[in-house]
Amino acid sequence: MIPALTLLLKIDIRYAIGASIVSVIATSSGAAVAYVKERLTNLRVAMVLEIGTTLGALTGSYLAGRISGRWLHIIFGLMMGYSALMMFRKRRGSSEDDRAAPWADFLRLHSSYYDEALDREVAYKVVRTRVGLGLMYIAGTVSGLLGIGSGALKVPAMDLAMRLPIKVSAATSNFMIGVTAAASAGVYFMRGDIDPFVAAPVAAGVLAGATLGSRLLGRLHGRIIRIIFIAVLLYVSFQMMWRGIH
Amino acid sequence: MAGRPGSTATPDAERRVSRTENLISLVLRIGVLASLLCVMTGTVISFIHHPEYLSSSIALHHLTQPGAAFPRTLHDVFLGVRDVRGQAIVVVGLLLLIMTPVMRVAVSVLIFHHQRDRMFTLITAIVLCLLLASFVLGWISR
Repeated sequence: MIPALTLLLKIDIRYAIGASIVSVIATSSGAAVAYVKERLTNLRVAMVLEIGTTLGALTGSYLAGRISGRWLHIIFGLMMGYSALMMFRKRRGSSEDDRAAPWADFLRLHSSYYDEALDREVAYKVVRTRVGLGLMYIAGTVSGLLGIGSGALKVPAMDLAMRLPIKVSAATSNFMIGVTAAASAGVYFMRGDIDPFVAAPVAAGVLAGATLGSRLLGRLHGRIIRIIFIAVLLYVSFQMMWRGIH
Repeated sequence: MAGRPGSTATPDAERRVSRTENLISLVLRIGVLASLLCVMTGTVISFIHHPEYLSSSIALHHLTQPGAAFPRTLHDVFLGVRDVRGQAIVVVGLLLLIMTPVMRVAVSVLIFHHQRDRMFTLITAIVLCLLLASFVLGWISR
C-alpha cells in the first residue's frame, strides 16, 4: 500500500507510512470482530505475545527515519523470502514432535477451535512460547518501522515455531496487529505524521476489504490459505528488495 | 460452542470464554463504527466548508504534502471540534480508531481481573502501559 500511495498518488512517504499504520488498525479491528466470534483467535496466546509486539512497535516507530530505508527494504525483503521458504517446507511434510512446553503449560495457552472446512473440533498444543515472544518483538519492530501490519512475520512465527494451526495463527496474528499498530500509531500521531486527509480515505477503503476477507477464512481449507500466503510472501519479498536496490 | 463434538472444556468455562469473546468483539465493533462515523461526518463538513477541494485538484494536493496544515496536537483538535471544523472531526475519528485496540486491552485487563486470573491481569496491564507509553514517546520524539 505504501508504494501505491507514494508512487501513484505522489504522497509524501512520511504521511504514507502514517496513513498505512492507521489503516492497519482498521483492517485488524474490522476482521477481528468476525474471527473472535468464530473462536478462531487464541486470546491468551495473543495477550502474551502482545508484550513482544508492542515493545517492538515502540522500538520500530522510534527508530523510523534514523536508519537508511534502503538497507531496511533489502533486509526485510530477504527475511520475507526466508519465511516463505520455511512455510513451503512445512507444507511438504511436517513432523509432529511432542516437546515439553513448560511456559505454555503454566500460562494455559493450549486450546482448540472448530474447523468449518473439516467440520470438527481441532485441539492443539502451543510450544516454544519464549521463541515466539522474541520473534514477535522483531515483527513489532518491522511493523513500527515501515507502518505495515507485518502479519507476514507473525503468522510463520506462530505456525512454525509455536505450532499453532494455520487458521488460528492467521486469526491470532490479525488480532495482535491492531494492538501493535496502535502502539506505532500513537507515536506517529503525537509526532504529527498522520495527515487526516490521507489516512481517513485509506482507512475507510481498507476496512471494506477486510470485512470481506475475514468471512472467507473460516470456509477455506488450511492448505489453500497456506499456498496463498506463500505467494503473497514471495511477491512482497521481491517488491521490497526491488525498492531497496533502486 | 457447547455441544460441539470433541469439545473438552467444561460448559461453565466455555460460557465464560464466549462471554469474554463477545465483549471484546463488541468493543472493537463500537470503536470502528464510531470512528467511521466521525471520519465521514468530518469529511462531509470539510467539503461543505471548502467546495474548492472538489473542483481543484491542486487545492486537494496541498492537503497531502509536507507542511500541510492539519491539527497536530490534542489542543488543536479540541479547538477545531469546538469550531465544528471538518478536519478536526476527521482527526477525532482517527484517534478513536487508534484508541480502539487500547480500549480492547483495557477491557481485557478488567475481564481477567474479574476472573481472578492474576497472571493475565498482569500481562494485559503491561501491554496497556506500553500502549500509553507510545503517546509519550511520540510526544518526546517530535
